[in-house]
Amino acid sequence: MSSVILKTAARFLQPLLLLLSIFLLVRGHDEPGGGFVGGLMAAAAFALHAIAESPAAARRALRIDPHVLMGTGLLLAVASGMMGLAAGGPFLTGRWSAAPLAVLGTMPLGTPVLFDVGVYLVVVGTTLLMIFSMAEQE
Amino acid sequence: MDAGLFLAVLSGFVLAGLSPWIVRATGRAHGVILALLPIALTGWFAVQLAAMRASGAAISEGVAWMPGLDLRLSFFADGLGLLFCLLICGIGALVLIYSASYLRGHPDLPRFYVSLLAFMASMLGVVLADNVLVLFVFWELTSLASYFLIGFDHERPAARAAALQALLVTGGGGLALLAGLLLLGHVAGSYELSVISGGNFDLAGHPLALPILALILLGAFTKSAQFPFHVWLPNAMEAPTPVSAYLHSSTMVKAGVYLLARLSPALREIDGWYPLVTGFGAATAVVGAWLAFRETYLKRVLAYSTVSSLGILVMLLGVATEAAVIAAIVYLLAHALFKATLFLAAGIIDHESGERDAEKLGGLAPAMPITAAVSILAALSMAGFPPLFGFLGKEQLLDAAHHAPAHAVPSLVALAFAATLTVAVAIRAGIKPFAGSRVPTPRAPHEPPGGLLLGPALLSAAGVALGLAPWLVAEAVLAPAAGAVLGKSVAVELHPWHGFTLVFGISLAILAAGTCCYFARAPLGRMARPIDALAAWGPARWYDGGLAALDIVASGQTRFLQSGYLRRYLVISVAVAAGLAATTYLTGGDSPLMPTGWWNEVQLHEALIAGTTLAALAAAVRSRSRLGAIAAMGAVGYGVALLFVLFGAPDLAMTQLVVETLTVILFVLAFHHLPDFARYSSRRTLIRDGAIAVAVGGLMTTLVLIANQVQVAESISWYYAEHALSAAHGRNIVNVILVDFRGIDTLGEITVLAVAGIGVYALLKLRLRD
Repeated sequence: MSSVILKTAARFLQPLLLLLSIFLLVRGHDEPGGGFVGGLMAAAAFALHAIAESPAAARRALRIDPHVLMGTGLLLAVASGMMGLAAGGPFLTGRWSAAPLAVLGTMPLGTPVLFDVGVYLVVVGTTLLMIFSMAEQE
Repeated sequence: MDAGLFLAVLSGFVLAGLSPWIVRATGRAHGVILALLPIALTGWFAVQLAAMRASGAAISEGVAWMPGLDLRLSFFADGLGLLFCLLICGIGALVLIYSASYLRGHPDLPRFYVSLLAFMASMLGVVLADNVLVLFVFWELTSLASYFLIGFDHERPAARAAALQALLVTGGGGLALLAGLLLLGHVAGSYELSVISGGNFDLAGHPLALPILALILLGAFTKSAQFPFHVWLPNAMEAPTPVSAYLHSSTMVKAGVYLLARLSPALREIDGWYPLVTGFGAATAVVGAWLAFRETYLKRVLAYSTVSSLGILVMLLGVATEAAVIAAIVYLLAHALFKATLFLAAGIIDHESGERDAEKLGGLAPAMPITAAVSILAALSMAGFPPLFGFLGKEQLLDAAHHAPAHAVPSLVALAFAATLTVAVAIRAGIKPFAGSRVPTPRAPHEPPGGLLLGPALLSAAGVALGLAPWLVAEAVLAPAAGAVLGKSVAVELHPWHGFTLVFGISLAILAAGTCCYFARAPLGRMARPIDALAAWGPARWYDGGLAALDIVASGQTRFLQSGYLRRYLVISVAVAAGLAATTYLTGGDSPLMPTGWWNEVQLHEALIAGTTLAALAAAVRSRSRLGAIAAMGAVGYGVALLFVLFGAPDLAMTQLVVETLTVILFVLAFHHLPDFARYSSRRTLIRDGAIAVAVGGLMTTLVLIANQVQVAESISWYYAEHALSAAHGRNIVNVILVDFRGIDTLGEITVLAVAGIGVYALLKLRLRD
């Protein structure tokens, strides 16, 4: 499949989709969004790339193997749970602290955010693993 | 919170995880480097033991693991646990150093160390666990590590079969143990071993007493290779020799003995304890000794004699008098020392000469004098030759049987029989290969490198030293362990010389008779042919039969249940699930059968969206082209997403939209691979499937509408709404529920997602390779 229109559109759409996916991930704790939908959105961005260019090009653009993303995501999620354990509470107890941001005040950072990043990575990895395996099956 | 014991166990697992890199980075010195941790732990446990003796209180620690389930991650160490810890770490260090030489250059060395160190840590977990469930987890981990180590040489079918057998036998026993421990904890009102073994509850009178005992014994007997579960242990000799020395003689197989010792304060009042434990122990001691006598392969000889020794230990714990428990503890230490030495020496013989059959070995002493000395001393200790430590152990156990409150004579006879054959076995396994005239071997034998000699030499020397100076360990190490089992402080008095007593006479008679048995082994073997024929019908045959029966049942039910057609699975699972739900819905409860009044709440625009969605669905079903069907299904999905928006679920709607988009992309990718879009099913099948689909859909719709009307329990939405910001720092309740309130559910879900992804990947990639 080779279409100039699709390729050109994809070149502009992909970064936008990725930005949107990060946006959804970050705002998820307070506004609609979150790791799951963010992850799906990011996967859609790379799926678009795979269709417009080639699965190999999309893999190169992703840089990291989807397997690794999945594993890292699961590890992050478990690690965020362990932090609660380490702090003396049960597994997956949320721990929060405020990270200072130069002029903007502080941004609350907590283990649930880390957990959500883990969800995000697992979703990206799994979806892309499926999409790439199917696309490469020529 | 004090966490020393937990960190000790954890450190073993951490080292196991790091070991591949350590092996790679440190080259030939890796054995010694890896052994540093167990050496340090040995020292630390020794210090703890001294501190515990000084204070008189066991070390105890723990954190709430799942407070909701009253589950604690707790550890405790008393004399018994610490004795095992010293054995596990002390022998573990020597085995690590030995393995580095024994397996030098083996391509799978990292894998070996991961399993071996994980085993060491799990074993520490078993003997230090306080909570019974923590104990169970580590108990199963030792079985798992043993599986990997027996099957280390995984390209040989015999090694794989032996590994599987060990796993099935010990794993099956482990399940019984779990049930037994849970029942025990339920009756005792506490799941902490330190409380249970305090024995402050009436277990003997409880109706569940006998089932509890039977289940726990099943777990302990399978692990400690008691008759008739002993078959896995000789087969486990497929493992590399250091593993046999470590897991299958000195530590893991003693986990069952440990458990019996640990629980005996609580269990020994039950009527069945004495006959079952003593009876099976005695049977194992006799059968094991006989099988060892009839075997000629060095490692299998030692394995059967280990079975016999484990039987003796179990039998003594069954008798459960003060003398018997002390004897068990002394013999436990003695056995660990001489049997590990003999295994390691057998490994050296195999390594340097290439021969494993004791009957084909002889006259190795001039070629390997140090190995010969080490092995002969250990064999003499095993035979119970004064003044070695094994002699003291044997004196103790004969004395305990002699003074047993009941059945002293049969106990003494069983012990004497086992001990006599053990003498013959010790001569064959530890002395014969070195004595006599030289027999040609596949390789020219010579003294092994220092790494191989260090472990057996130290263990053998310990057997000599403790035989001459038993006071080194009697009060400091053995008395606290015996005291922990007996529940009171006891004095352990060991002397190299007890005077001319009856027991000493029996001991000498055993030595003489055993030596005669050794020299008369050929005629005795000919006379024993009928017994051998009988043994061929023994437990090994039962295991094979059981496995074959399992295969028949499994393939039968697979043929019956698994057609291999996805559509049939879907129909069955959906119909069964809906059928169960429908049965409950129609028969149980006082909720209304039909939802009422819901149509009054439907707004016009909602009805329009629902109508459009239904129309799209009809189009999807009726479509003549695949692309049309896909587009129509997409429309259905968007319609549902629109409804989510209307009902105030933006998160859901958003996710639904992206999922629909990705589904279309997946369809596009798979487009070329799908078969023609023709009608494959007959009219009857279509009607049947349609009926099931409509029934399930209708049922679900009805249930959802009814659920809206019925309030079974108080709604907890307000809790989430109230606490989302205050407790979880988030305003998006949906996301807070996902990542915080119900985080463990999400963790499970993303794990399933990842597994499913790997499944899809495997399906597609494997097909490509064909």
